[in-house]
Amino acid sequence: MQTTLSPESRTSLATPLPEKHAVKLTINGTVHHLELAPWTSLLDALREYLHLTGTKKGCDHGQCGACTVLVDGKRINSCLTLAVMKDGSDITTIEGLADESGLHPLQTAFIEHDAYQCGYCTPGQICSAVGLMQEGRAKTADDIRELMSGNICRCGAYPHIVDAIQEVMQLDPNA
Amino acid sequence: MTPYIGKPINRVDGVAKVTGKAKYAAEYKAADLAHGWVISSSIAKGKVTRIDAEAALQLPGVIQVFSHENRPSLAWFDMSYKDQDAPPGSPFRPLRDATVKYSGQPVALVVAETLELARYAASLIRIEYEEEEHETALEHNLHRAREPKSGVATLLKPPPPKPRGDFEKDFRAAAVQVSGTYVHSAEHHNPMEMFATTVVYEKNNKLTIYDKTQGAPNSQLYVSQVFGIPFKDVRVISPYVGGGFGAGLRPQYQLFLAVLAARELKRSIRVSLTRQQMFTFGHRPACVQQVSLGASAEGKLEAIRHDAVGETSQFEDYTEIVVNWAGMLYPAQNVTLTYNLVPLDVYTPIDMRAPGGVTGLSALECAIDELAYKAGLDPVEFRLKNYTERDMNEDLPYSSKELRECFRQGAERFGWANRTPEPRSMRNGHTLVGWGMATGIWESMHMPARAEAVLTVNGKLRVSSATADIGTGTYTIMTQIAADTLGMPIEDVIFRLGDTDMPLAPIQGGSWTAATVGSAVKVACEDLGKKLFKMAQKMKQSPFADVKLDEIVFENAHIRLKADPSVAVSLLDIVGTNGGRAVSETSTSLPNMLEQRKYARAVHSAVFVEVEVDEDFGTVRVTRAVTAVAGGRILNPKTARSQIIGGMVWGISKGLEEESVMDHQFGRFMNHSLAEYHVPVNADIQDLDVIFVEETDTIVNPLGVKGLGEIGIVGMPAAIANAVFHATGKRIRSLPITLDKLL
Repeated sequence: MQTTLSPESRTSLATPLPEKHAVKLTINGTVHHLELAPWTSLLDALREYLHLTGTKKGCDHGQCGACTVLVDGKRINSCLTLAVMKDGSDITTIEGLADESGLHPLQTAFIEHDAYQCGYCTPGQICSAVGLMQEGRAKTADDIRELMSGNICRCGAYPHIVDAIQEVMQLDPNA
Repeated sequence: MTPYIGKPINRVDGVAKVTGKAKYAAEYKAADLAHGWVISSSIAKGKVTRIDAEAALQLPGVIQVFSHENRPSLAWFDMSYKDQDAPPGSPFRPLRDATVKYSGQPVALVVAETLELARYAASLIRIEYEEEEHETALEHNLHRAREPKSGVATLLKPPPPKPRGDFEKDFRAAAVQVSGTYVHSAEHHNPMEMFATTVVYEKNNKLTIYDKTQGAPNSQLYVSQVFGIPFKDVRVISPYVGGGFGAGLRPQYQLFLAVLAARELKRSIRVSLTRQQMFTFGHRPACVQQVSLGASAEGKLEAIRHDAVGETSQFEDYTEIVVNWAGMLYPAQNVTLTYNLVPLDVYTPIDMRAPGGVTGLSALECAIDELAYKAGLDPVEFRLKNYTERDMNEDLPYSSKELRECFRQGAERFGWANRTPEPRSMRNGHTLVGWGMATGIWESMHMPARAEAVLTVNGKLRVSSATADIGTGTYTIMTQIAADTLGMPIEDVIFRLGDTDMPLAPIQGGSWTAATVGSAVKVACEDLGKKLFKMAQKMKQSPFADVKLDEIVFENAHIRLKADPSVAVSLLDIVGTNGGRAVSETSTSLPNMLEQRKYARAVHSAVFVEVEVDEDFGTVRVTRAVTAVAGGRILNPKTARSQIIGGMVWGISKGLEEESVMDHQFGRFMNHSLAEYHVPVNADIQDLDVIFVEETDTIVNPLGVKGLGEIGIVGMPAAIANAVFHATGKRIRSLPITLDKLL
């Protein structure tokens, strides 16, 4: 007979709970003042504390890209980022891409090209594509495929995602 | 009139999906919401001997730790735990007792005020086990294979037919023979959305449950039976599902745990699984197959033997249709098909996209390719030579079968005529190029379902059914069907689903939803139309007073006289005579079984694949693929194409990438993360093309649709394996074809 401890049971005694810190986040143009413990990821801050559930949790390990948001214009995995690290940052989520004039061109292109099925990875794909375009590195469809490979789509909408991004980037579809 | 059916309409839920407004199970707010965190067993078999939760419970904000030690009394009999998709056996009951039946089994639930606290508290809980020896290796236990038990679920999954002719004799005498063993490991669905349940504890003790499921009524049934709560007090809502692929066909354990905790604590609670825990319930079972084929010197297939042994759990007999396809695709006279199970210390497998179909065809269609080579025939020519208009298992004609046209159009689009048959004969610079093909088939099923159609006082059409849309496009195609049936502009039609307050529909699976719910939507709208017509006849100075139903048409939100379209009454005016109330009709659609039973009904495909193989690295890339589908009527070419493309990506995944690797020493899946469980990323997917071949079918269901959810994947892995053979001369019979197998 062998006795095994759960691998989760590494800590033997409870350490004091972490203290909360004031965190200021500007999200989609609105300033939010939050009191968060350091263990709260930016993703959980958005979903659980601000109810901005457009940003998705697909793995919580930075492996799927569903949680992609734009921090100061750059695309990042919000699950790998602690909210306190982004104090003072300017964050754009999927909820902030459309404006009074309507949907962001990428949002429209995703609809037109049916660049999704279940929709769960879609906010991350679109935020990632916005980041991709701002980076300015993608010149061809192959570049898009490579640089969008941090965002998994289990439904397999990749060809349509590439079509949608290409159209908005006004790349030659035959390139 | 069908102004919308057949058109590439954009998804009606598209705006919700691209703006983040579509809400999934873990995204609903509730006052005073508590968070649960599941603790999974670290052993595969044995007993929990001690749960020390003291340190966790001392933390301020930790509410309770539930385990078998303190769970309340629940339903006693297995029957109560059987959901609509339960295979024969005794369903797993979370927290039932100290017994551990598989690695990753939920053994405790920590409930705390915040998600982070619940997660942290879970790390403080010590669990001790008494371990017993486990057995998780299918290939070491083939001698224990036995026939599956039968039960209600077996109705949809018939066992193999009895042997026909004399396989042994004919195979021995055959001029051309092939024989091979095909294997693949377990696979996990891994939809992007992790399983989650939010239970809202209402004031009157009622539960409103947001669950990730492919059938809200199935979750309702389970909760009601297990916890002894009347149906009326359990409402399950699931308007958006972040992928299912079969994983949501049965209620998963987070539903049980969330409901248990909510009822004990009398408060709302959310339980979300982690990605690692997504590997702790159903999976596509590992399978070992043996295929032997014999043909005449001219390439006539005469003898088929296909034996499959799949894994199941120790408590339920999960089955799938692995071997029957040979008898449906080829007219051989001497056929023996067998299917057996080996129970192991794993969780019960669950249907995963094209369950059994992609498994069986991956072996069969690879063997057919090998036989065609041995017979000196082109693989397409071989299949045309061995074409059947009848399902030989049932000895029934197909209700429609345009597979020949799939071969022709697919080959033409792909450029198959330019192929040089010799293996290793095609190159692109340094890399070897291979062209392979395969046939696909999946049964077209039709189930009973109900739908409600309502014409609101402001003249909008509201249709609903408690089905699901796991990304398949259900919302959109149902809206199209409703709009066309009642002649409404599509912007005035709204279709809703995923709510147990709506009329009953079966779980969404098996490629039957378009046929099943579509037929229900059609009949509900037709019945509503009849009702509106009767009302129109009773209107003052009605132009329809002496007119029969077949003399009118529903068009542009009006009832019109066919003979004189200027004679019309608007639907808005008709509903206006109803005293300020909407007009509604709820209808049931039943399959016409008397007619359907005279035919075999199936969707077919021909798949053509190009691979490039770098021999130095053993890497394989699918550079191009064409799938030609004979799927009956295509309701929406845009969403239909996405279904097939998605299936093809799954086929590439199964053929080249995904596999759950079991460490048999621990009886645990090792690669339980999206970094180690490989699925295709964008860069893995190149040029995929889809052809829908014209096919008319008046038997299969009132809409003439055949279902597209599975047909995209079934033929792909074999076509890839065949292309790899053409490229390299190596016949790989173990999926996925990873580089180590080619070096």
